[in-house]
Amino acid sequence: MKPVDPGLLRASRPARRHLAATGVLAVLAAVVIVAQAVLLARVITRGVDGVGLEDLTPTLLALAGVLFVRALIDGAFDAIGRFGATRVMSDLRGQLAEHLLLRRPGIEGRERTGELAALAVQGIDAVEPYFARFLPQLALATTVPIAVLLWVVPTDWISALIMLVTLPLIPFFMALVGWATQAQTERRWRTLSLLSAHFLDIVRGLPTLRAHVRTDAHGEQLAIVGERYRQETMGTLRVAFLSAFVLELTAMISTALIAGAIGVRLAEGKLGLEDGLLVLLLAPELYMPLRQVGAQFHASADGLETAMALRSALEQPPTVIECAPAERTTAAPDASWQTISFEDVSFTYPGRDVEVVHNVDFTIEPKLTTALVGPSGAGKTTLAALALRLADPTGGVVRCGGTDLRELAVADWRSQCAYLPQRARLYAGTVAENLRLGRAAATDDELWDALLAAAAAELVSELPQGLETVVGEGGRGLSAGEAQRIAIARAFVRDARLLVLDEPSAHLDEESAAAVDSALDRLRRDRTTLLIVHRPSMAARADHIVRIGDGALVEAPA
Amino acid sequence: MSGRYDPLRRAAALTAPRRRRLVGAASLGTLAIVASMGLLSASGYLIVRAAEMPPVLQLTTVIVAVRFFGTSRAVLRYAERLASHDLAFRQLADLRRAFFIKLVPLVPGSLPRLRAGDLLSRFVADVDQLQELYLRVLLPPLIAIGAILVAGLAAGIVLPFAGLVLTTALILGATAVPLAVSSVAKSAGRRQALTRGRLSTELVEAVDGAAELALLGQSEARIARVAAVDAELAGLARRDAIAGGLATALGSVVSGLALVGVLAVAIPAVEDGTLRGPLLGFLALLVLGAFESVATLPAAAQQLAACGASAARLEEVTSSEVVVADPDSPAAIDAAAPQVLRAEDVVLTGNPGGFIPHAVLDHVDLELAPGRSVALVGSSGAGKTTLAQLLVRFADPTSGTVTFAGADVRTLAQDEVRRHVLLCAQDAHIFTTTIAENVRLARRDATDAEVQAALEAVGLWSFVSELPDGLETLVGEEGAQLSGGQRRRLVVARGLLSDARVVLFDEPAAHLDPAAVTGLHQRLCAERESGRAVLVIAHALTGLEEYDEIVVLHAGRFVERGTHAELLRDGGRYARLALEQAAALASASEQR
Repeated sequence: MKPVDPGLLRASRPARRHLAATGVLAVLAAVVIVAQAVLLARVITRGVDGVGLEDLTPTLLALAGVLFVRALIDGAFDAIGRFGATRVMSDLRGQLAEHLLLRRPGIEGRERTGELAALAVQGIDAVEPYFARFLPQLALATTVPIAVLLWVVPTDWISALIMLVTLPLIPFFMALVGWATQAQTERRWRTLSLLSAHFLDIVRGLPTLRAHVRTDAHGEQLAIVGERYRQETMGTLRVAFLSAFVLELTAMISTALIAGAIGVRLAEGKLGLEDGLLVLLLAPELYMPLRQVGAQFHASADGLETAMALRSALEQPPTVIECAPAERTTAAPDASWQTISFEDVSFTYPGRDVEVVHNVDFTIEPKLTTALVGPSGAGKTTLAALALRLADPTGGVVRCGGTDLRELAVADWRSQCAYLPQRARLYAGTVAENLRLGRAAATDDELWDALLAAAAAELVSELPQGLETVVGEGGRGLSAGEAQRIAIARAFVRDARLLVLDEPSAHLDEESAAAVDSALDRLRRDRTTLLIVHRPSMAARADHIVRIGDGALVEAPA
Repeated sequence: MSGRYDPLRRAAALTAPRRRRLVGAASLGTLAIVASMGLLSASGYLIVRAAEMPPVLQLTTVIVAVRFFGTSRAVLRYAERLASHDLAFRQLADLRRAFFIKLVPLVPGSLPRLRAGDLLSRFVADVDQLQELYLRVLLPPLIAIGAILVAGLAAGIVLPFAGLVLTTALILGATAVPLAVSSVAKSAGRRQALTRGRLSTELVEAVDGAAELALLGQSEARIARVAAVDAELAGLARRDAIAGGLATALGSVVSGLALVGVLAVAIPAVEDGTLRGPLLGFLALLVLGAFESVATLPAAAQQLAACGASAARLEEVTSSEVVVADPDSPAAIDAAAPQVLRAEDVVLTGNPGGFIPHAVLDHVDLELAPGRSVALVGSSGAGKTTLAQLLVRFADPTSGTVTFAGADVRTLAQDEVRRHVLLCAQDAHIFTTTIAENVRLARRDATDAEVQAALEAVGLWSFVSELPDGLETLVGEEGAQLSGGQRRRLVVARGLLSDARVVLFDEPAAHLDPAAVTGLHQRLCAERESGRAVLVIAHALTGLEEYDEIVVLHAGRFVERGTHAELLRDGGRYARLALEQAAALASASEQR
């Protein structure tokens, strides 16, 4: 993990204006730091000479002004860093949403998408310290030492020499000790998270511990394990904290060396008081930003890892590729009367090695129901995704009425399709809005017809605001069976030519399943249907059965 | 500060006071800051004094002091970090143990949502948050107080009025600035929380429904919706960033004022001869060094708020009413009485304590005598698991009694009941340790041979013996390295290994293939040979031929009881269910 990674810099592009502003502020900050030292050195020197307050007031006011400007720059620096980070985070979220919705809208691997959603929500927040603090601090660590050295060299070249020799020691030690202690720091975090996991494990198992009358023993164990880990961890911390120790020691001793050297030359009359004070005041400012860069880098380490995970997710190739307009077949075949045929179809997820479907041949006849039967993980869902163009085959071809689906505009083909998963989603909004996702122009009457056909009319009419009742997240809770029937109504509204049903009644209790199944029977009538079957009894409803095992066709038993 | 931080104070009281260690760490921290103030102020003095061109020898003491401060600063800071982390580790172990002990009597009866796991993760995270109490909440102000005293005193000795100005500014920096920063952060958090929640919902909806949305042609519209909420959040974040920046600037303004103020006081003092020149250098650089002591206080204020919220949440959990309590003076189990577990006319209505989900028992009688094996069957939701929980006193019936060896279990200590009656629950926890340790939970002193025998009995030994680490294989978090069936069998093995006189197995055959089911039931029935009583809960009716009695529970009532053969002959509910299941099984195997 490099502090400045090209991938991360790409990610920071939307914030480049903020970063530029940060750079300008960093230059200003460097100038102000020097100005502050110059003015303070002058005030002290004059004061020591016995100059009165009235004569010094203008200088003192100038110093106050500079200090005020420095306060403003500190504040602006802080705010602009966060502005930029906000931009980067929004941009990353948008990219991830686009990637997942447009490029890889898979209907399988839900647990992966859950993980990615978590990454998009909480994960991206972890990126903030890197962009809000580390990168701005890096700018300061560049401008301030340069400004300080530029000022000190003509003032007192001996001190400048000490600075030039000791300054590189800071990044050198930081790298050296950081490298040596990285393993230990990682071990320390592992230990901490292990301890936390151990506690969680025991708390989660509390009912079991109570059943076995083992709570006392485990309560003691918490103390024992805690003590053992404390001893071990303190051992590693003794080494890990050395890095900060060495850095601090370098900066402090350098300051002390500079002060001593100036003192001696002042006493010998080789240097003026004002110059000596100026150099002394600038010495701590030289080391401070460099030391803070190290600290900020450590604080943003989590975010760096998240950013890497995000980048690798975003770099996954798409599962569907839109064909160039010039090569497109404009007359889309019609799934309601033309056969869909899978010809020697194979599929490997782009970016992965394992082929999940191997050389499959079968047809989906128009207006009939074809069932895909096989154990879970056999590739049924992947085949359905290929029929819907949620993915394109990596070998062979899927045709409808002889036309390769890849020659069609993705949206043209999908507009003929409807898909009902095992757990259909209602989106936050009214019932009507949910239904009109099927077809935006549907009239209220058409919605009611669809609800009637889906055996959901009664259910919706009993809702407090009927079609205008807000459902989904944050709205009125519907049971799984009710949600499923509304989703079926949505499919009726859509009036699709190709239906793909992922056994939408699989997770319902007997009564709701019966209602859903009979609504589906009405929906399937005269529509080309691909039915993914999990429960053997469902296969009886199909006109054709295609058996799948391990991604390949299985011959039906004689 | 009254009231709001009471839970935090009570939580802190749960750990050993460790005052000496705390004072030790705080002193080291104070000394570290004093050293850096010393380095700067002594340098300031040194330079101005040197300019007066005294004999170089007179400067040596000061040069030595400067070097001493420079070196000791790093050493002290290193020692302070070690001491404070050591303290935090000790405190965390205390906290975990204390909160665990508080949680024990509440489980499982008093915490309705406990099983959701969410509450527990939150609980653990809150305890972890409290570890910051010493390290990031208590230490920084203690260190600051010490450093402010030293800085104020040092300045005051040199020039009383300068001491007053510096102390006032430092106190301002230690109070007003952290207050401003943390209140800005807090109101930002509050404002953003709602929008952040909406963004999260939108994103999860969009990502989860990606396929459906793609097919509905809604992907782009949905992306735009997410972007709109995101933009709203970004707008709030920008406003809060400005407020945060102002709070940061406030800190710099205070330290700037202190510097100008001290100079304005000290310069006339030099002019009228009450202050020697070198001491002006001393004062000016002292001010520059002193503000380090208050730099960490804004973060401490934020941590204080977080710890307070955690402590309040923890207290909310631990102050739940104890639903299943031990009697004040528990009776002893009569060793001479026959060890029969009996449910007599047990009724359970409503949802006492909220732990038991919606099930209701309606005048149920059941007897588990030594050497008897009983199977409890019925469809899901019939109340089977609920009854088992009443039998081990995870909950109490509304009316009727559960007795063991003739004594009402409510008159006995819970642990005493459970030493004799063991429930191997369906959702029993698999601990993140070895296979052997997981089985040995049932009997701590069991030998490897006994553990092996228990695993053999449940048909898990052939699998375990082929693992490279055998019994010592780690099972992963919640047994992730095992299959569902293997986890079930591990739980059954615990029941077989235990010394309990009555063992209740909830769905021991779940996730097993049909061939293994019959073998398992035979093995469980064989437990009666050792004089134990066994109750097995099942919803699949395969392999129940050998049980002494089968009880059919339907909607909270026992609707049929008898042996497998009797129930089949009677042609009731049991016979109907058995037929249906056999048909389903046949069609499934045909599918294969």
